[in-house]
Amino acid sequence: MTGGLPGPSPDERPHPDGRRNSQGVRIDPAVEAEPEPRRAVLSATVKHEPGVLAAVSGLFSRRQFNIESLTVGPTEEENRARITLVIEEPEPGIEQAKKQLEKLIPVVSVTELETDATQRELALIKVEGDKPDQVQSVAEMYGGEAVDVSQETVTVEITGSRQKVEAAVETFRRFEILEVVRTGTAALERGAEETK
Amino acid sequence: MTEQVPPTTQTEAEAAAEDADAEEVADSSAGTGAASVVTALENAGVEYLFGVQGGAIMPVYDALYDSELSHVTMAHEQGAAHAADAYGIVSGDPGVCLATSGPGATNLVTGIADASMDSDPMIALTGQVPTDFVGNDAFQETDTTGVTDPITKTNYFASDEDTVGDVVGEAFAVADEGRQGPTLVDLPKDVTQADTEREPGEAKTPDTYNPPEEADAEAVEAAADAIAAAEKPVVLAGGGVIKGEATDELRAFAREYEIPVITTMPGIGAFPEDDDLSLEVAGMHGTGYANMAITHCDVLVGIGTRFDDRLTGGVDSFAPEAEVVHVDIDPAEVSKNVHADYPLIGDAGRVIDQLDDELDRRPDPSDRYAQWREQVQAWKAEYPMDYATPDDEPLKPQFVVEVLDEATGDDTVVTTGVGQHQMWAFQFWNYTEPRTWVSSHGLGTMGYGLPAAIGARLAADDDQSVVCFEGDGSFLMTIQELSVAVRENMDITVAVLNNEYVGMVRQWQDGFFEGRRMASEYSWCPDFAKLAEAFGARGFTVADYDGVEEAVQEAVDYDGPSVIDFHIDPEENVFPMVPSGGKNGKFALQTEHLDQL
Repeated sequence: MTGGLPGPSPDERPHPDGRRNSQGVRIDPAVEAEPEPRRAVLSATVKHEPGVLAAVSGLFSRRQFNIESLTVGPTEEENRARITLVIEEPEPGIEQAKKQLEKLIPVVSVTELETDATQRELALIKVEGDKPDQVQSVAEMYGGEAVDVSQETVTVEITGSRQKVEAAVETFRRFEILEVVRTGTAALERGAEETK
Repeated sequence: MTEQVPPTTQTEAEAAAEDADAEEVADSSAGTGAASVVTALENAGVEYLFGVQGGAIMPVYDALYDSELSHVTMAHEQGAAHAADAYGIVSGDPGVCLATSGPGATNLVTGIADASMDSDPMIALTGQVPTDFVGNDAFQETDTTGVTDPITKTNYFASDEDTVGDVVGEAFAVADEGRQGPTLVDLPKDVTQADTEREPGEAKTPDTYNPPEEADAEAVEAAADAIAAAEKPVVLAGGGVIKGEATDELRAFAREYEIPVITTMPGIGAFPEDDDLSLEVAGMHGTGYANMAITHCDVLVGIGTRFDDRLTGGVDSFAPEAEVVHVDIDPAEVSKNVHADYPLIGDAGRVIDQLDDELDRRPDPSDRYAQWREQVQAWKAEYPMDYATPDDEPLKPQFVVEVLDEATGDDTVVTTGVGQHQMWAFQFWNYTEPRTWVSSHGLGTMGYGLPAAIGARLAADDDQSVVCFEGDGSFLMTIQELSVAVRENMDITVAVLNNEYVGMVRQWQDGFFEGRRMASEYSWCPDFAKLAEAFGARGFTVADYDGVEEAVQEAVDYDGPSVIDFHIDPEENVFPMVPSGGKNGKFALQTEHLDQL
């Protein structure tokens, strides 16, 4: 025996029945309770200075948050930018993402947007140019327009919800898509409510 | 090795011209960016700097030439960072380390990461290549802010000589306020060399940084209800209690309601271990009674702890029946690892007072906890911390720790490396005061002990002893810092618990890898006593029980650095032990128990 201490062995000790789930939440031992992931749109106001985007994206990658999209741009205020992040995580992960984001010194505020917030993304879809009329018609169905036309290609701009953009991309497949670029979601609260 | 000055070939005439330039630079440093940096350090009340010279940081050193600040030249930048870290732990004020660009900065990284994991207040100042060269892979260039982004509370690239002093001031304020941590300022050489007439203003945190003070009153009320209704409460005091200067509040609170107190490893010293209510440390190598109490409590009041996995074991079995009250100044720590039923975001001392005020309005629950206190005492008797000491056995490390504890005062500062010796150093030493335990917890950095002892020595009072425990493997990682302790004639006693193994790895290999001791045997260990003498320190070798007390007394009495190489039982293991991810209540008390876990 090396370095042993006195006392009863592990099996001879009383052990409680309770337990927690993998998120550290105390649960009924008889019930499995692993939370389902959900999609959350986070809006962060940040100081408009070099390195902020790297700090935010680095935070999300090293903490292994499942990030769907990230957009960034200046706001109506000088020296302030807004970052819109879409993540998919179980509930504790979403809370943790918000708190970790708030901890970054250049971050002014973080808010999770309501599900009915105005959410838009933009896509540029470049397709074969042999049927320009048909491409234009489909673009109009999605409220978009052809923004560049050449002999070989037509490029269409579509703006809307993520679902709408996805549906449009699917539809344009019939013209043979050459290239697609999408921006990720930008979002603001509806009505007079301020997006902090 | 760090190459600090670019190699050049030059004619004598060029050299003379350069000398003239250098004198000019020296004369004009009073109004430079570097001078602003030094003024900001002086304004912040800095006494000591720990660093290593080099090309890109030279203007700052030049400005230091004219200042009253004491600079301790370390053997390696990692040592500078650990020394600054320990200075911050013992003094409570941010320690400062300096390094040049490139390899100097990257050598700081381990020490910065260490301070970050343990929320220690620290400032790192790094030289950087001139602004025009940044991004061009210039000689000794590294993207230092990029590299240190994940391991600093925040960092700065100082791009303007007029504001560089303010930036250093802000870095100080951010490191010190709220949840403490390391900050870094990267200083391009042209910025520190440039002239400026602007003096740094008052050091303050940016307007986006507002750490909370008091917890929400309703949340405090709800938490007080839970504590008042409990049958089996424990307080779990983390490093945040010490960092937040809340040990008096914690002690008064626990004693008023007679609630047993467990500490985390960073929380050692927050509550006196000789108090009946103390269960000492919980977690992987914590006491059996602390782990039993955590496993069976019904309310757990965690204060200033981040519920690290070395404490919790598998989170699914951690305090499985307890409602958790979590007091923390960092909202992101609450419900990160263990869900908090009662989150109390605020300063530790203030929130403890708030809880106390609320509990005062309720019937005193302390009598109701009596049965629980009896149970806890029974566990203390059932799982005592002990070790075997027959004379014919090889020397036991636990005995060495106890003798050193006896030979030094209650306020002795203990620093450690990382490994088995670190565990024995907290298990068998009796800690009663905050800021007397200095160790690498979150990062677990081998070699931390000796450079930390150097920083601790300068932060401690002159009549406080500083004892450093190291293992043979850990000691070898930063042993070169002994040259600094000798040069500065620092009164430090280094106790090497030498088992010619990387002992903790050997213990895990024996327990969990079928005894396949790959790369854990150090049978080629140097003679540490001779090595100490070669550095200019006192050296002792002790291989049996008879020699321990005499060598300890002589080393402690010696006014300077001494190293005692204790040849301990090479097969001794650290117990109790909760295997990684295991259940706190199922700790092994001996090797045979590991099979039952």
